[in-house]
Amino acid sequence: MRRLVLIAVPYLWLLTLFLIPFLIVLKISLSDTALSIPPYTPTLDLGAGWTGVKEFFAGLDFENFWFLTTDELYWKAYLSSLQIAFLSTIMTLIVGYPIAYGMAQAPDEWRPTLMLLVILPFWTSFLIRVYAWMGILSREGLLNQFLLWTGVIDAPVKILNTDTAVYIGIVYTYLPFMVLPIYATLEKLDESLLEAAEDLGCSRASAFWLVTVPLSKSGIIAGCFLVFIPALGEFVIPSLLGGSQTLMIGKVLWEEFFNNRDWPIASAVAVVLLLILIVPIILFQRNEQKQREAEG
Amino acid sequence: MAQTVFEPWNDPDQEPLIQFRNVTKRFGDFTAIDNLSLDIFEREFFALLGPSGCGKTTMMRMLAGFEGVSEGAIYLSGKDIAPVPPNKRAVNMMFQSYALFPHLSVWDNIAFGLKRDRLPKKAIGDRVSEMLQLTRLEKFAHRKPHQISGGQRQRVALARSLAKAPKLLLLDEPLGALDKKLRQDTQFELMDIQEKTGTTFVIVTHDQEEAMTVASRVAVMDEGRLIQVDTPAQIYESPNSLYVADFIGDVNIIEGHAKKSGDGYDITFAEGQPVLHAKTSRDLGSAGKCYLAIRPEKVTVSAEKPEGRTNLVKGTILDIAYLGNLSTYHVKLASGQIIKAQTANTRRIARRDLTWEDEVWLSWTETAAVVLEV
Repeated sequence: MRRLVLIAVPYLWLLTLFLIPFLIVLKISLSDTALSIPPYTPTLDLGAGWTGVKEFFAGLDFENFWFLTTDELYWKAYLSSLQIAFLSTIMTLIVGYPIAYGMAQAPDEWRPTLMLLVILPFWTSFLIRVYAWMGILSREGLLNQFLLWTGVIDAPVKILNTDTAVYIGIVYTYLPFMVLPIYATLEKLDESLLEAAEDLGCSRASAFWLVTVPLSKSGIIAGCFLVFIPALGEFVIPSLLGGSQTLMIGKVLWEEFFNNRDWPIASAVAVVLLLILIVPIILFQRNEQKQREAEG
Repeated sequence: MAQTVFEPWNDPDQEPLIQFRNVTKRFGDFTAIDNLSLDIFEREFFALLGPSGCGKTTMMRMLAGFEGVSEGAIYLSGKDIAPVPPNKRAVNMMFQSYALFPHLSVWDNIAFGLKRDRLPKKAIGDRVSEMLQLTRLEKFAHRKPHQISGGQRQRVALARSLAKAPKLLLLDEPLGALDKKLRQDTQFELMDIQEKTGTTFVIVTHDQEEAMTVASRVAVMDEGRLIQVDTPAQIYESPNSLYVADFIGDVNIIEGHAKKSGDGYDITFAEGQPVLHAKTSRDLGSAGKCYLAIRPEKVTVSAEKPEGRTNLVKGTILDIAYLGNLSTYHVKLASGQIIKAQTANTRRIARRDLTWEDEVWLSWTETAAVVLEV
C-alpha cells in the first residue's frame, strides 16, 4: 500500500501537469475554428447525454494536420527551427566546452565563484536580458560602436533583426545548460588518467582528445539536448531579436494563436512539435540511463 | 649449475640504469627530496619504502617525468632525463588508482600505448595477446574496467604499463587496493613477471612486508632522505639506525651505556640488571649512550635458568599474544622494561608450559642484538 502511494505521486504529477493539458491541446487540434468563446467547435455538451458525446466525437477530425502539410509555411518553419536549433547547439557547445574545461581546471577555491558567475544571469529576468541584447546589437548599439571604434568596419552593420542575432541570443541564453553538465563530468575526471595517457606516449593535446573528450561525452550529450530541445520551440528570442524573415515554429505558433486566433491550427502545430521532440527526449533519457549504469 | 648471486650493486663495473645525483625537490618552502643520491641497476626490483610524506612518491613522479628536479640531475642509462617529457621516456608507470581508461575495453587499454607508437595493427595485436597471456586476462579482453574485479584491474594496469616494454617500470603502491590474501598471491606474481620480462621495477610502498617480499633491494626513506639502502635481509638483520630498526618489523629497543669490550660493547642499561654484551664491528666513538635493538624472535624464553648464555635477564610474563603460528610474550623486567620474545608454536597450545605471571628467563646470543648510535 505504501509503495502504491509512493509510486502514485509522480504518476499523479505527470497526469495533472502533463497528460491532461496535452489531451486538451490534442482535442483542440482536432477541432474546427469558430467565432465563439472558446474559439473552436465542437465542445462537449454533457447535458445532451449520450448523443452529446457522440456528436462531440463526430466533430473531431485530422483536418488541421492535413492543412499543415498543404501550406509550405509550416514545414519550412519546422525545418528552419531544426536548423537554427541544431546550429546554435553546436555553437553553444563550442563556446561552452572551453568554459566548463576552464572551470574544472581552476583551483578548488575558485570553482564555487565561477559556478555562481555561470548561474548569475538566471537571477535577472530573461526578458530584460534579451532587451539588453537588443541594445547591444542594434545599429547604434554597443557592438557596432565598438567595431567602428576599432576600425574593423566603416559603417554600422545590421545585426539586430537577423538570424545572426537569433543565434547570439540562443547561445547566450542556453550557455549555462551546456556548461553545467559538461563541467559536472569534467570535474569528476581523474587527473591520473591524463597522466597515464601521457605516460603511455600521448602528447597533452592527444590526451585531451583520447581521454578527456570521450570521458565527458555524457556531459556533452546532456548539454546538447538541454539546449536543442528548448531552442527548437524558442519563441521569445526569434520574435525580439530575429527579423521578419526569421522563421521559427515557436513564432508561427504564437502568431496562429494570438494574431489569427486560430486555436486548432496552433494546437496542431504544438502537437507536431511535441512529436518531433519526443525522439531527442527519448535519446536523452537513454543517455542518462546508460551513464547511470556505467557509474553503478 | 650453481646460480650466480644477483647483486650488481656490489660490482664496480656495472653501469647503473638510474642515477640520482644530489637531487633536491622543493614544493614552495617544503623540501620533499633533500640532496639525495642513489643508483638503481638493470633488472633490479627496487623498493622505496617509507611512511606517507617521506618523498617516495615524489621520487617516482620525477622518474616518470611528472615532476622536475629543483637541483641535481637524474640519469637514465647515462643520459640526463630532465629535458625529456613523460610521453617520450622509456619509463612506464602503474598508478596507485590503476588509472584504467573507463571508456576503453581491457584490450584497448593495453593497446593504448602501442597505438601511440603507430605500430602496425598486427604487431599491436600480437603484443596485446602476449600481455593478456602473461597476466592471465585472455577471457576478459573485451570487458570494460568496471566489469572486472579489483585483482583483475590490477593485472590490466600491469599489462598496460608493460606493453611498451619499458626500460623501467614504476609501480606506485601497486597492491594497496587489494585485500591481504590477494595481495600476497599478487606479490609472487609480480616477482614472477619481473623475472620473465627482465624489466627493472621500482616499487613505492609503505608496507614493509611487501617491500621485503618482492624487492632485491630496499631503500628506507624518511623526510626526503635515504636512511638505508640494502637487501631486505641486511635491512632487517643489521639496520643502520634506530629509525630503520623500528620501521622494519617488530623490535625491542633497550637504551643504555656502552663500553668497549673485546670485539664489541658491554652495555649497562638499568640498575640491578646484568651487563649485556653485543658483538659489533661498528665504532660508536667516545659517546657512551647507545641503543640495543633485538628482534623478538631472537630472544629465547625459558622457565628454567639456561646455562652459559651471554645475555640473560629475568622477568615476569605480562601478556601473551597468541597469533596461531607464533606467540609473543611480553616480559616485564624488575627494572621496568618490557621485552618482547617470540616463539614458534610447534606444539599444541594445551602443552604450552608458560602462562601469565610466570617468572621466566630471557636470553639471547651476543650476535643477536644490534648496537645503534643515538
